[in-house]
Amino acid sequence: MITTDIIIIGAGPTGLFAVFEAGLLKLKCHLIDALPQPGGQCSELYPKKPIYDIPGYPEILAGDLTDKLLEQCKQFEPGFTLGERADHIEKQDDGTFIVTTNKGTQHQAPVVAIASGLGSFEPRKPDLPNITDFEDKGVEYMIKEPEMYRDKKVIIAGGGDSALDWSIFLSDVAASVTLVHRRNEFRGHLDSVEKVQELKNQGKINLITPAEVTAIKGADKVEALEITKKDADPVLIETDHFIPLFGLSPKLGPIANWGLEIEKNAIKVNNALDYQTNIPGIFAIGDGNYYPGKLKLILCGFHEATLMCQAAYKIINPGKRYVLKYTTVSGVDGFDGTRKEAPKAVVKAIE
Amino acid sequence: MEQDVAITIIDREGVSHSIEAPTDMAMNLMEVVRSFELAPEGTIGVCGGMAMCASCQCYVLSDHELPEMQDDEEAMLSEAFYVKDNSRLGCQIQMTPEMEGLKVELAPES
Repeated sequence: MITTDIIIIGAGPTGLFAVFEAGLLKLKCHLIDALPQPGGQCSELYPKKPIYDIPGYPEILAGDLTDKLLEQCKQFEPGFTLGERADHIEKQDDGTFIVTTNKGTQHQAPVVAIASGLGSFEPRKPDLPNITDFEDKGVEYMIKEPEMYRDKKVIIAGGGDSALDWSIFLSDVAASVTLVHRRNEFRGHLDSVEKVQELKNQGKINLITPAEVTAIKGADKVEALEITKKDADPVLIETDHFIPLFGLSPKLGPIANWGLEIEKNAIKVNNALDYQTNIPGIFAIGDGNYYPGKLKLILCGFHEATLMCQAAYKIINPGKRYVLKYTTVSGVDGFDGTRKEAPKAVVKAIE
Repeated sequence: MEQDVAITIIDREGVSHSIEAPTDMAMNLMEVVRSFELAPEGTIGVCGGMAMCASCQCYVLSDHELPEMQDDEEAMLSEAFYVKDNSRLGCQIQMTPEMEGLKVELAPES
């Protein structure tokens, strides 16, 4: 069991800044994110794109903003559970919450802050009626264990970087690799596209374009796929695995079943006070919350995170006095023993 | 308003909406749909309009001459689902006076 003061669900900009604000109040945080790296949308969707409305930064790349937020909160030693999705929450008799991920990792804290943005990023599934029957029986939306494809027949579908990169990688591992894409053009790094071209010429990748997987055949597991080329009759190709790689799309997911009030696909909060949800002790901050006048902006998430931390302090330290301090005046004392502070003013008489 | 264009949007439930979209606010079709709340928040314009998610995919039903597809839109549509020959991403269609009479249908959520 991981114990902390605030469990933050979502390691995007809002969640990361909450770590810093909590740290100023001597509260420890642990972040859970379904993605394998921190940064949320900023690192997953558009790390190389500029943002122009972060106060103080006329222009900053989304990936750089993530790096700076990580650096800013580093001295407060946040914990991370990455690549796992927060699935269950359970309130304990002592008022704390236990949050359990899809992989069974458990976290306990008196306060939970949901900074989940648009939701957790889930693989987009192709529209084939029986595809869910074959999940983990030959259909995988993500490659976790490349070794499981050794000497197997594999069909990959998709036209982006992950489809290209995995086709290249598995061409050395699998018995055969077939790449199916709806168009002749691929969207990926130029060298990946060229490498696939080269492997195709060598006969190491069987490229079928423009085509689509139109049916999955098999008794208990995937045995063959029906592939239909544009303006041609469908053909059946034997395979052990079907790996559709069509990118990720955010879904609210299991959080929708936590008993929280939902409005406009987001979690309703009290914006007059502290961004608390209808369940005391659970807050929602950033793009994932809703209140009248809500704007889904990173800068609004920063503000919401700051106010949430003040309310969390009161829950965790009932009755304990506190006044707002300015970092310029008080400095920043990290949990790692570091201290940042403004240089002392020089006092010297002029003769 | 004088600078508005009349367009028709068929939502995901099949309901047709005739609306007046402003041309002077640098809005694209995805943003028009959101501003008129014709699709639930969180189901359209997920990536914010970067042609990176296809949640604003629509079928163009009128024969308007639309701005030519850029590489990123074409690539996104090549990976999206429910794509037809008349598919476009709403976020790549700017509201200009030439859009007067435009008729589109929102593609299913995916």
